[in-house]
Amino acid sequence: MSMSADTPADEQGIDPQLKARLRKAERFLKIRALLLVVPLMLFVLFTFVMPLAEMLYRSVHNPVLVEAMPEVARLMQEWDSQELPGEEIYAAVGKALVEARKEKTIGRIANRLNSEYSGMRSLLTGSARKLQRYKGDDYKNFMLQLDPDWGEAETWGAFKVLSSEYTLTHYLAAFDMQYDSKGKIVPQPEERQIYVDMLLKTLKLSLLVTVFCVLLGYPLAYYLSILPPSKSNLLMILVLLPFWTSLLVRTSSWIVMLQGQGVVNSVLLGLGVIGEPLDMMYNQIGTVVAMTHILLPFMILPTYSVMKSISPVYMRAARSLGATPAHAFMRVYFPQTVPGLSAGAILVFILSIGYYITPALVGGRTGQMISNLIAYHMQTSLNWGLGAALAGSLLVVVLVLYWIYNRLVGASQMKLG
Amino acid sequence: MTMKKLVTRLPMAVAVAAASMTASAEDLTVVSWGGAYTASQVEAYHKPFTAQTGTNIISENYSGGIAEIKAQVEAGNVTWDVVDLEKADVIRACDEGLLVEINPDDLPKGDNGVAAVDDFVAGGLEDCGVANIVWGKIVAFDESQFSGKKPSKLVDFFNLKEFPGKRGLKKTPKVNLERALMADGVAGGEVYNVLSTPEGVERAFAKLDEIKEQVVWWEAGSQPVQLLADGEVSMTTAYNGRIYNASEVEGKPFKIIWDAQFAELDFFAIVKGTKNLDKAMEFLKFSTDTKRLADQTNYISYAPARKSSIALVSDKMMPHMATSPENFATAVPVDHVWWADHQDELNERFNAWLNK
Repeated sequence: MSMSADTPADEQGIDPQLKARLRKAERFLKIRALLLVVPLMLFVLFTFVMPLAEMLYRSVHNPVLVEAMPEVARLMQEWDSQELPGEEIYAAVGKALVEARKEKTIGRIANRLNSEYSGMRSLLTGSARKLQRYKGDDYKNFMLQLDPDWGEAETWGAFKVLSSEYTLTHYLAAFDMQYDSKGKIVPQPEERQIYVDMLLKTLKLSLLVTVFCVLLGYPLAYYLSILPPSKSNLLMILVLLPFWTSLLVRTSSWIVMLQGQGVVNSVLLGLGVIGEPLDMMYNQIGTVVAMTHILLPFMILPTYSVMKSISPVYMRAARSLGATPAHAFMRVYFPQTVPGLSAGAILVFILSIGYYITPALVGGRTGQMISNLIAYHMQTSLNWGLGAALAGSLLVVVLVLYWIYNRLVGASQMKLG
Repeated sequence: MTMKKLVTRLPMAVAVAAASMTASAEDLTVVSWGGAYTASQVEAYHKPFTAQTGTNIISENYSGGIAEIKAQVEAGNVTWDVVDLEKADVIRACDEGLLVEINPDDLPKGDNGVAAVDDFVAGGLEDCGVANIVWGKIVAFDESQFSGKKPSKLVDFFNLKEFPGKRGLKKTPKVNLERALMADGVAGGEVYNVLSTPEGVERAFAKLDEIKEQVVWWEAGSQPVQLLADGEVSMTTAYNGRIYNASEVEGKPFKIIWDAQFAELDFFAIVKGTKNLDKAMEFLKFSTDTKRLADQTNYISYAPARKSSIALVSDKMMPHMATSPENFATAVPVDHVWWADHQDELNERFNAWLNK
């Protein structure tokens, strides 16, 4: 950066003050350049970095029990998970429940514990009501008589899991694992395992969409790049017009096209090609078709712009040197298009991994993706911690894939236009 | 409008807009489910309330759940004042400390002098909510799709042989598991006891397995009506008011099977942290008195949650009410306390089952 640093100015007898003045001028330029990007940096900080950090924090931060029942949380930390806790813990829980009922915090604790172990909600609220009138000092016996669940290992396992302010339970759940009552990590019961399957399915569908986009987009981009401008402009508008149309409109039109009584089925039935309507909507086919259509421009545009810049002279030279068309294409043309092609492919792939509205509308039962489950936990089950952990896992997957891509193709190879 | 008029009127319009913006703090935001249901509330509650108190009501729609309420309360930026919630959500939101507690003694007596506590139907008063309507989760079918024998019982919903065609079901385990068990021969009163055992849950899912491949899953209340109208399904679960609207008002050939309907209540609740607490409370009391609740039935076929209101329902609307004696004979109340305990586990299991 600094020009003055390695020029032997002093030996040549130039005024040393000149160097200082130059440095000052350069510093000024640097600050001015920095000031120009400050708004953008602040924007990125407030709208991207901070929400992301907040989400990752929420996926491990677990303060409900620690805040509402600090004493219980402390005692549970010391408990070794082996056999039933002693009188001290029972008494602490009993008193804390009465207190929480008075403070109206019991609902939040009960809901949170209930998501660890079903039935905790009524156990806690029911017991709190009865404990209110208890004056004795043998809490353990009293509570065991109130409800046999107080003698269950799972009940105390749930308390134990929530006793520390930071936990990995949500990440375990995001990979179909859980802590058992002894604090060991075990797989979820089979009928509740879903997230790993969902993640794999999301990757599979995204890959399918990417492959279709490449197969459809590459030849089209090539055709666009060799047509005279008047014709290619018209075709380009046909590519861009759907691109500018609302996502919802395009998705809904696919429903009209593909559903059981839809346009495609009616035509095929009318022509006698098929006997009964094909199932093309509300399943994976619907998701892949609609997403391919929606993401196709992201494939075409970078590929086209790279192809446009390749001079036809190279191909002609290869042919004149005796290469077959296929050979010339593979050895001369294709390698030059890789930057555009890989940029388009990674763009489509990463966009599909996070797709949410289209699968929700046309995916039905089998065409759902992991984002739909994240949305479900954010909006319906209100298990924001689990939603955040799923989103965090997705983020890691994207980063890993990008790293692999970088190793294989090289990010510097990527050309978006 | 000429340019000159525009120029002279523009500052006035700006002034009016500014005035209405400062006045907006005085407005009351009431949130409900949209469609014919919100329309009925606007006619029966909002308009007379504005006429009586001068308070302007902003009517907003949402699609259920308490995520928005939770977000508003946690962010300390409450913009919704009164919300129309399902029973399960009232209980849950109240548990989480998101709603204002309501003392039943503050509520107006019935017009026959009966105290509110005794005037509301069973379960109609929650710690944080006051019921306004009783509605039914029912099964409806398109008559034109069945040429011979028409379905008439809940069992027929699961009988694909005799009554072919796709089925519409809400994408949630709640009430679907109950229906599956009842179709499998469990009595209405026993449903939740059976469902409390692991075998019972297995049995319910096994019954749903029988129709799984033929199900179109819906999420919003307007979808099942659309699915029936499009011919995508021949039979679907739905809310009785929506089907009433489609068949009685729009003339569609849809019929309701009242057998084993699941009776539900909707509640008015006030979001904790609202800046208009007094007005919100006033609106809540106003709109759940005997006369208002009865008046709503003139616009939609949802039954009033007060016993004293039922006497005022017109003879024309009575047969369409979920609570009319012949419709209610085999009704099963949804056990929301049971669901509050088991929803996390069963929702997960349901999602996994769907995905397989």
